[in-house]
Amino acid sequence: MEVIVAEDISKKYIIDHQKKARKNYTLRDTFSEKFKHFFGKGEEDEVEHEEFWALRDVNFSVNQGDRVGIIGHNGAGKSTLLKILSKITEPTNGRVTIKGRVASLLEVGTGFHPELTGRENIFLNGAILGMKRHEIKAAFDSIVDFAGVDKFLDTPVKRYSSGMYVRLGFAISAHLSPEILIIDEVLAVGDADFQKKCLGKMRDVSESGRTILFVSHNLAAVQSLCNRAFYFEHGRLKLQGDTTHVVNNYLSHVAKTTLEHTWETPEEGPGTDEVRFRSIRVKPTYASGKLYIDVTTPIKVHIEFWNMAERADLNLSLHLYAFTGECIFNVGTTSQSFDKGLVSATLDIPGNFLNDGSYVISVMVVKDTSTVLYQLSEAVSFEVEDHREGVTWYGKWPGYVRPQFNFQISQSEVLV
Amino acid sequence: MAHSEEVIIEAGHGAKNYWRDLWKNRELLLILSRRDLSVRYKQTVVGAGWAVIRPFATMLVMVFVFDKVAKFKGDEGIPYPLMVLAGITIWNFFSTTFTQISHSILLNSNLVTKTYFPRLIMPLSSVVVGFVDFIISIVLYVLIAIWYQHFPSWQLLLFPAFVLLTLAASLAFGLFFAVMNVRFRDIAQLIPFIVQIGFYACPIAYSSSMVEANQGAWWYDLYYLNPMVSIIDGFKWCLLGDGAFFKVSSLYSTIGFTVAVLGISIYYFRKEENSFVDYI
Repeated sequence: MEVIVAEDISKKYIIDHQKKARKNYTLRDTFSEKFKHFFGKGEEDEVEHEEFWALRDVNFSVNQGDRVGIIGHNGAGKSTLLKILSKITEPTNGRVTIKGRVASLLEVGTGFHPELTGRENIFLNGAILGMKRHEIKAAFDSIVDFAGVDKFLDTPVKRYSSGMYVRLGFAISAHLSPEILIIDEVLAVGDADFQKKCLGKMRDVSESGRTILFVSHNLAAVQSLCNRAFYFEHGRLKLQGDTTHVVNNYLSHVAKTTLEHTWETPEEGPGTDEVRFRSIRVKPTYASGKLYIDVTTPIKVHIEFWNMAERADLNLSLHLYAFTGECIFNVGTTSQSFDKGLVSATLDIPGNFLNDGSYVISVMVVKDTSTVLYQLSEAVSFEVEDHREGVTWYGKWPGYVRPQFNFQISQSEVLV
Repeated sequence: MAHSEEVIIEAGHGAKNYWRDLWKNRELLLILSRRDLSVRYKQTVVGAGWAVIRPFATMLVMVFVFDKVAKFKGDEGIPYPLMVLAGITIWNFFSTTFTQISHSILLNSNLVTKTYFPRLIMPLSSVVVGFVDFIISIVLYVLIAIWYQHFPSWQLLLFPAFVLLTLAASLAFGLFFAVMNVRFRDIAQLIPFIVQIGFYACPIAYSSSMVEANQGAWWYDLYYLNPMVSIIDGFKWCLLGDGAFFKVSSLYSTIGFTVAVLGISIYYFRKEENSFVDYI
């Protein structure tokens, strides 16, 4: 049964170019604006009202019990969609029909007042989320228990640690019993333990037959939780369908990658009189059905350059940098004597070595193992996506590398 | 699973179920009122005592300046301090609720951007703070009235009507300012100024009978244009009895004006409330 039907919804915002990021004008601006118009002045610094469509002609339907992951870049329209579905803002065009009670969690602990105690805030936040007083009363003990704040119930929440604050907020929302749950990036906050709790709770909710719409940048979590996914780009619903399919498509589009560079002739290639680069290529060996690099994907880096000198002792040195600038490793070939002509090299980076993240490669040609002839900086870049199997934790995996070393565990003794 | 309700979201649709939604959310209104109340005097030593100290101290200053130094003539047979206190009490009620309403949307901006409910709940719930302060200062008035042995007569029956009229006036102006405040932060600067000017433009420290002596002056009609003049005069008359000056005829236009502005303000508020989130 269809519980949400969206027909041609669009949302338009007007952006004023002259006043750039200023949203809250003062009265004076408005008056002086009117004044300028009145006297026919100000033509040259006319405010440019540009229309911006945060959502454009979006159509979809969601069935009861669906767990829909909503993915896309920042500014693709995901949050605007949630705001429309939550009735916070109206669509400019189109209509949405929703059957059932909706609860929106766009934030943990919405409306918490720092001066009020934990107890008072439970009632306040519950009411804001649409719970009736008797419902909150019935769930009260369970909320306190889930959040683990029973000792601090009568302490103002401004004295809470940020962890306690978030736990209390989530505990209240976890006790909502809506038919449709709308969640925005709740997993972005809190520690690993808390995220685990969130995901567990969301799984419980979905197993009870309720419908979930879940916006997240955490693709691993979306893949594990959702059976369908919507991919938004520039306000349009670009793709919808089976989660794996949509995530695949999304990743193959978004990866900020320059996988190869080729120069046809030595004149075009970067370099010096002695060496000139011809190409540098990153060749991932994709697992079947995948179109993006994840932590399990083996990668080959092919490099070609022209040796312009008659004879030279050369070797290549390759640096792999994380996007944040740290050097992950530096590897070099052996030094060999080469005649004038084309030289090629291949580096193998095994799967299950790099952690998820963005990487940049620089290559240098070295003469006589000591003189750098030319360095090709940040020649290619690629992104490694996360991949999890057999775990229920989706927090950021720490470390620059994620090798699978042999690490054995066994029971050595049984205590009777 | 039984589907309790079907909701349709489209441009302009919110209007249809608005008042029903407002009624459904009455618990939220109560809880927001309670929040504002319990936060009001948190971390103060004197607490709600401030609701007594402020009008009392103002009264003492007014008595000193206008009665002792400037030697204003109050109305016959009415103790000057008592007249001032009655005026301060109703003016504080108006100015507090008016100010609270005007700021109500901005103060709750985190709710505006993250949840949906009829936005009128915010200004309506913000009224309670001023109302409780009002009740407390009425108690103060009663004590001072007993001290002066000056008791009200039958006019006291109209007390609720004047309180209601004051409330209507603060909503009428407050709602309008609340909407403007979302877009133009100038309003936040303007409000204390209006309240300060109002204190002197209204018959609080003086009686309208002194104005009456200036019939024909160019500012005479201007004075009565201010709707709060007849509301305050009426309120003082209802507490102080017949001796207090009250031009009943001025009240009719005030009632008409207040109701009209209230209607316009509610219409304006309803029209703009869906765009609050885009401007806040």
